[in-house]
Amino acid sequence: MNTPLLISIEHLTRHYGELTAVNAVSFDLKRGEVLGFLGPNGAGKSTTMQMITGNLAPSAGKISISGIDLLDQPKLAKAEIGYLPEQPPIYKELTADEYLRFCAKINGIQRTAQASAVDKVVERCGLGDVRSRLISNLSKGYQQRVGIAQAIIHTPSIVILDEPTVGLDPIQIREIRKLIRELGKEHSVILSTHILPEVQMTCDRVQIINKGQLVYSDSIDSLNQSMQATTLLVQFENPPADEALAAIENVKQVDRLADNRFRINFTTSPAKQIAIEAVNNNWGLLELSPEQKTLEQIFVEITSSEHNIEQQTEAEDAA
Amino acid sequence: MNIFTIAARELRSLFLSPLAWSVLGVVQFIFAYIFLAQLNTFIQVQPQLANLENAPGATELIATPLFATSAIIFMLVIPLITMRVIAGERANNSLTLLFSAPLSMTEIILGKFFGVLGFLICMAVLLAAMPLSLGFSGTLDYGLLFSAWLGLLLLVASFTAIGVYMSSLTQQPVVAAISTFGILLMLWILDWSSDKVSDPNATGALEYLSILRHFEAMAKGLFSSADLMYFIIISASFLILSIRRLDGDRLQR
Repeated sequence: MNTPLLISIEHLTRHYGELTAVNAVSFDLKRGEVLGFLGPNGAGKSTTMQMITGNLAPSAGKISISGIDLLDQPKLAKAEIGYLPEQPPIYKELTADEYLRFCAKINGIQRTAQASAVDKVVERCGLGDVRSRLISNLSKGYQQRVGIAQAIIHTPSIVILDEPTVGLDPIQIREIRKLIRELGKEHSVILSTHILPEVQMTCDRVQIINKGQLVYSDSIDSLNQSMQATTLLVQFENPPADEALAAIENVKQVDRLADNRFRINFTTSPAKQIAIEAVNNNWGLLELSPEQKTLEQIFVEITSSEHNIEQQTEAEDAA
Repeated sequence: MNIFTIAARELRSLFLSPLAWSVLGVVQFIFAYIFLAQLNTFIQVQPQLANLENAPGATELIATPLFATSAIIFMLVIPLITMRVIAGERANNSLTLLFSAPLSMTEIILGKFFGVLGFLICMAVLLAAMPLSLGFSGTLDYGLLFSAWLGLLLLVASFTAIGVYMSSLTQQPVVAAISTFGILLMLWILDWSSDKVSDPNATGALEYLSILRHFEAMAKGLFSSADLMYFIIISASFLILSIRRLDGDRLQR
């Protein structure tokens, strides 16, 4: 508990031939933190995770896990990590129980503690009903859970999940997200995904990677703050003239949309005043809702502005 | 310990797959047929042998040819058993499990090697049981039998190491199987193009490399450390190559 930083990554780089999949990415992960790793397809999310888990050697850079250098002492460092890749690494010819028992063994759990370790993850991941069935006969959702169970069986301090909810039905997705939230209480979690609400729901901190470079890194609270509403959407049965709306206090700009709808830009919300005016003048208020900037919009704004970053780096290079 | 865990898992998966059982069944049937054919020949020539001074015994006339023929069958079967040890896991994405666990590449490769070897030893034990059953009704040359069987095991171990290496090279088990078979056959027939055609006792480099030469000596009961070293070197070098290859999966290409 003396080192608050569980993972510290410095200038991680990986080339595939000509292609630079990950370019000088640096970040830290603190104990008990759930980190969302976002990015479009092919941004370098999986490559980064493979490097952190020791499945790929970085071309350059340094990874240290609980203060242990992954490249110098891979066995010690790997014992601290549980990893669920995109495709759960399961042996379909084994039963869930046999498989988890094998995972317990290769992760160096004491012989006497193996059975209880398996029981514990079976319970946590809700596998009780299917533990004696062949993994090949389980549904995708259950296979995914077996994959998660495998990642946490040795109670690692860091759990790394690569797109854990891909291909699941909505109920399964909710359950897996709940499980991830629970994991965040005891373990630090890195969650890679391209599903944005998932990050909003489960993570403490968000990082966005695009074309191999880290383009955004902030806590989920400040992300929510930057998504604060600055517009209102209103709809009237008997719409007033634009000027009448613009005359209301705090309204900056009024845009007329289809179906008697208006978008109102404001500084501090004029919702109350609009409602009062609407009743007094019999406009027939049908809808009045703050418009939130979605994470999607922020995501698109950040990932599509990469030429800004290039300019920045050029400027840095020049300096 | 970790090596044993991986080997046990490998062996278990083998026995859970229909491939292993069908191989075991078919091969055992063929072994039995060859054994019976040899036994039959022996019974036919037995009256003439009685007149010979220093006549070859049952072990020489039944066990040695049985083991020699079974070596060819092992050559056909081992590529099928080793093909998926690494290539299959790679295609299945389950190799990540081993890579992410605190295991060294050496442990992974040796675990796989001993797992497959365990299965093949089961086959070899069943094979040895056939000539041994003759011990109930006659006398056998156990020294010769053991030497020939040990030769067969060493041969099987070398074949397996080659199979594991070929499997570590690719993602498709079938490619691994075909290339393993190619190498094994090549090692087998290596001395065909040499002087052996004119001089059966030639000792050129090709003869030395040919796996058949070394196995034949042991099958005849001639146990020499040179042959033993040959098999150990072949097995060890291909296992080391596999470890390096698996390590290369992570590294920059």
